Amino acid sequence: MRRNPRELDLLNRVSGRRALLLGGLQLAFAGGLAMRMRYLQVEQADQFRLLAEENRINIRLIPPARGKIFDRNGNVLAQNVQSYRIVIVREDAGDVDQVLDKLSGLITLDPEDLERARAEMQRSPPFLPVTLADRIDWAEISRVAVNTPALPGITPEVGLTRVYPRGADFAHVIGYVGPVSDYDLSRIEDPEPVLRIPRFQIGKVGLEARREDMLRGKAGAKRVEVNATGRVMRELDRREGQPGADLQLSVDAELQGYVQARLGDESASAVVIDCETGDLRAIASAPSFDPNLFVRGISVADYRALTEDLHRPLASKSVQGVYPPGSTFKMITAMAALEEGLIGPDDTVWCPGYLEVSGRRFHCWRRGGHGHVDLQNSLKQSCDVYYYDLALKVGIDKISAMARRFGLGERHDIPMSAVAAGLAPDRAWKQRVHGKEWLIGDTANAAIGQGYTLASPLQLAVMTARLATGRNIMPRLIKSIDGIEQPGGEGEPLGVNENNLRTLRRAMYAVSNDRRGTAYGSRIIEDTFRMAGKTGTSQVRNITAAERAAGVTSNADLPWDRRDHALFVCFAPYDKPKYAVTVVIEHGGGGSSAAAPVARDVMLQALYGDTPPLAAYPSKDRNRIKAQQERLHRERLRAQQEQSGRA
Amino acid sequence: MSYLEYRVKSTPSGLRKVLYLNWPLALLLISVAGVGVLMLYSVAGGSFSPWAEPQIKRFALGFAVMLTVAMVPIWFWRNMAALAYGLSVILLIGVELFGSVGMGAQRWIDLGFMRLQPSELTKITLVMLLAAYYDWLPAERTSRPLWVLLPVLFILIPTALVLKQPDLGTSILLLAAGGAVMFLAGVHWAYFAAVIAAGIGLVTAVFESRGTPWQMLKDYQYRRIDTFLDPGSDPLGAGYHITQSKIALGSGGWAGRGFMQGTQSRLNFLPEKHTDFIFTTLAEEFGFIGGISLLTLYALIILFCIASALGARDRFSSLVTLGIAVTFFLFFAVNMSMVMGLAPVVGVPLPMVSYGGSAMLVLMAAFGIVQSAHVHRPRGSH
Repeated sequence: MRRNPRELDLLNRVSGRRALLLGGLQLAFAGGLAMRMRYLQVEQADQFRLLAEENRINIRLIPPARGKIFDRNGNVLAQNVQSYRIVIVREDAGDVDQVLDKLSGLITLDPEDLERARAEMQRSPPFLPVTLADRIDWAEISRVAVNTPALPGITPEVGLTRVYPRGADFAHVIGYVGPVSDYDLSRIEDPEPVLRIPRFQIGKVGLEARREDMLRGKAGAKRVEVNATGRVMRELDRREGQPGADLQLSVDAELQGYVQARLGDESASAVVIDCETGDLRAIASAPSFDPNLFVRGISVADYRALTEDLHRPLASKSVQGVYPPGSTFKMITAMAALEEGLIGPDDTVWCPGYLEVSGRRFHCWRRGGHGHVDLQNSLKQSCDVYYYDLALKVGIDKISAMARRFGLGERHDIPMSAVAAGLAPDRAWKQRVHGKEWLIGDTANAAIGQGYTLASPLQLAVMTARLATGRNIMPRLIKSIDGIEQPGGEGEPLGVNENNLRTLRRAMYAVSNDRRGTAYGSRIIEDTFRMAGKTGTSQVRNITAAERAAGVTSNADLPWDRRDHALFVCFAPYDKPKYAVTVVIEHGGGGSSAAAPVARDVMLQALYGDTPPLAAYPSKDRNRIKAQQERLHRERLRAQQEQSGRA
Repeated sequence: MSYLEYRVKSTPSGLRKVLYLNWPLALLLISVAGVGVLMLYSVAGGSFSPWAEPQIKRFALGFAVMLTVAMVPIWFWRNMAALAYGLSVILLIGVELFGSVGMGAQRWIDLGFMRLQPSELTKITLVMLLAAYYDWLPAERTSRPLWVLLPVLFILIPTALVLKQPDLGTSILLLAAGGAVMFLAGVHWAYFAAVIAAGIGLVTAVFESRGTPWQMLKDYQYRRIDTFLDPGSDPLGAGYHITQSKIALGSGGWAGRGFMQGTQSRLNFLPEKHTDFIFTTLAEEFGFIGGISLLTLYALIILFCIASALGARDRFSSLVTLGIAVTFFLFFAVNMSMVMGLAPVVGVPLPMVSYGGSAMLVLMAAFGIVQSAHVHRPRGSH
C-alpha cells in the first residue's frame, strides 16, 4: 500500500533504531561468547589439556610369561603354550544370535560355554570381548580365521595358558594355576595390578602357589591411545615386563612317573630322598588327578568325583598326610636309649608277648612273644615289648628330643602346599594341649610309634636318610632357579655316636636281609645294592579286650577304612647309602606285605635309573616281577599317549 | 515505501544484477562453509568421505540456489511469503502424520532424493511472512492488540507443531526469531516486557510442574536442563556431552593442537562431532585463534546484513534481512553457548559448518532473499 512519506520516515526511524539496538545486543552476545572461549581456552587450558590426556591415554599391562618348571634332567613339568580362543565383541557383532549360528556351523561350541558367554555379554559393556570358546585346536581356529569377514565381531585370539605335560604325575608337587578369584584378591594385601587382568592365572596350590612370587614375573606396561569406547587406537610406547623365573626341581620325572604308576590306585604315598644331597627324587601321592583339568576349569561332575573318592586324590599325602609311624619309629626309641647309654646292643629283654605297665597289659604283635631279644633281633622281628621296656627306661622327653633331631615332629618347609609338622609328643606338649598329665602308658605307646606320635612320609624319609648318613639331611625340592644352583641339604653331622648308628643300620639290614627279618620277602639280592629297612604297621583303631579275646581280627576281614596303615622305610646301598625311600599305604594292612615290596621296587628303579634287571630280585619272585614290570610299562605308555593326545 | 512504489527502472536488471550482489556477504558465506568442509574433513580422520564431499556438493547447490533466489525480484518473494508460510505449516503437519522417526524425534519427510526438514524451512518462511505482514500493515495499527495478536498466532502455530515433534531447540529459535521481527517492526515495547515477564512465570511453572501429572516437558528435556545446570553431577551419563565438549575446547588452548591433531574428537570422546559439536573440533584443533576467527566471520555476516537492511528502501526488504540475520545469529549463538556449557544441549547445528543438508540449503535460500533485497533496491535515478 501507499504510505505517506512522514509515516514511512517514522517507521524507518523506529526500525532503524531497533535494528541497531538488536544488532548491538547480538554483537554483545558474540563478545560474551568470545570471553567464554578465552576463559576456557586460555585461562583453563592447562587443566583441560590434562583432562584430555587422561581421556586419551590408557595404561595397559602386559602380562608376564610365567616361569617354566623342569625336572632335574630338564624334562618340562610346567610350561606355557599358545592357546587359541574365540572372542566376540557384542557391539561389532550386531545380531549376536545370527553370528553364533554361523559360528556353530564352523566349529563345535560347548553349550555350557555358550550359556556362560551369553550371560557375560548381558553383564559387560558392548565393546568388551567375551570368550566363546577356549583352547581351540589349530584346525578350528584357522577355519574361523578364514571366515572372519562373514562373522562380524568374532576374533580369534592367541594367549598363553599353563600346561602340565606330565599330568597327574606332578599334580601334588606342582599343583596348578587358575584365574584370580575375588577370594584370592581379598587375601592379598595391596594386590599387584596385573592380578586384575581378566583371565590372568596365578598358582592355586602346590609349588605354583608357594613360589608364585618367583614364577609370576613382573608385568610390563604399554601406554595406548584409546577412543571414547575404550578401544585401543594405537600404542604410544611400551616397557617390557620380566618373565617369571624358571625353576628346576630335584625330582626325577621318570622316577616320579614310575612311583605314581607303582602306587596305582592305592591310597598311598612314597618319597625318595637323595642321602647325599637331600634332593627329593620323587614325592608321590596316589591316587592323583590331572592338574590340567583345573587350569581349564574343572567340571562339576569331575570335581565331585575327585572329592567323593574314598582314596582322596586331591590330598597331597606325602607331605600333608600324617600317620602314626608305627614300628618305623623304633629306631628312634632305640637311638635314644643307646645315646643315653642305658642299653648295649647285646642286652636282652624277655618278651612273653606282653608287658604289664601300671596294671595294664601292652601287647606285642606276636601273641606268643619273642623270648629273649637283643636290639638286632628286636628290630628284625619288630618285637614291641623290647621297645616298651626301652622307653620306660629312657622316658618320653628324651625319645621325642631324639625324634626331632631326626626330623620328626618338625616341619620341613619344602615349597608344597600344606606341609605337615607331624608330632613328637612330650610331657609339656600333653600338658599344654590336653591339659593332662603324661602317663606311663603314653610312653609305651609312643615307643612303638603309636598313640600321639604322628609323622608324614616326607619326615620318615628324612629320618631314614639321617639314620643312613648320620648327617642332618634337609630335603630340597628346588634344585636351581633360573640356572642358579640352590644350596643343598647335605647338612652337618648330627652329633650322635657313629657306633650306635652303625648298630641300628646293621639291625635294619637284618630286617630285609635276614631270613627272619620282617622284610626278608622284599630284599634286594644284587650285592652292591643291598637294602636296609624297617617295616611299620600302624593301627587306626583300638583293639578292645573283647576283640583280643576272640582273636585279633585279620585285616582282610575289616572294612577298608579300618584296616592298618602299612609303612616301610629303607635306604640303599647298605654300605654307601644313596637313597632313602618311604612308602605309606593307607589301610594297606601290614608293612612287610603291602609297603615293603613297593619300596623295594621304587628303590631299585631309583638305583638303576631305569627298569631294574630281574637279577636284582630274589629268584622265586622274578616271574611275578617281570609280569608287573610289563604291566606298569604298558600303563605308563598308555597314560603318556593320553596326555599328549589331550595337550 | 512499498514495493509498488519501486521505480523499477532504477533497480538493476538482467545480468547487471550480478554486479549488484552483496559480494562481501557471499565471500563471508563461502569462507564459513570452507571452515565447515575443513572440519568435516578433519573429523572424518583426514578423509573427504563421508562428510566433507557431500557438504561441498550441498554448498555448491546452496550457492546456486542463493544466486537464483537473488536474481528474482524481491517483490516476488514478498508476494510468495504467505504461500511459503502456509506450505511449511502444511509440511509440519505432514511430518506429524507421515514423518520418519530419527534420533527420537519426528523431524523429516523423506522426499526420496533428500530428507526435508520442514522445521528448517519454517524458520525462514515465518520471517518472510512477518516481514510481509508488517510491510502491508498500516503504521498506526502496528501496536494495536488485535494486529499484534495475528503475528503472534503466526509464530505460535509452527512453534507448537515443532515442539510436538519434539524439537525444543527449533521451537525456541522460531519463537525468538518471530519475536525479533515483531520488535524490529516497531511493536510497542510494553508487549515484549509483558511477554518476558510471562516467560519467567512460565519457566517457573515448568520447573514446578516437574514430577506432577501435568508435567510440561519430557523427562529427557528436564534431564538436559539438569545436566546443563550441573554437568559434573553425571559426567559419564547425560552430562558427558557437555563435560567432554568443554575438555575438547579447553585443551585446544591458545593456538590449538593442530589440524587433525584433536584427540578428543578423533577418538570419539565427542558426540555428534560432525554435527552439533563440530565447533569443539575447530576449537580443539585451531584453539582460541580458530574459534575467535569463526566467531568474527559470523559477526561480519550479521553486520553486513544489518548494513544492507539499513540501506533498504522498503519495509519488507529491511525486515526480512534483519529477521534472517537474527535467525542466523540465534543458530550460532545457541550452538556455541551449548558447546561452551552456557546453554543446555538442545540440538541446534552450527550454521553453514555442521554437516546437514536441509539446514544448509534453507540458509542459503534465505541468504538468497537477503541478496535479492540487496540487488533489487532502488539506487537513485540515472
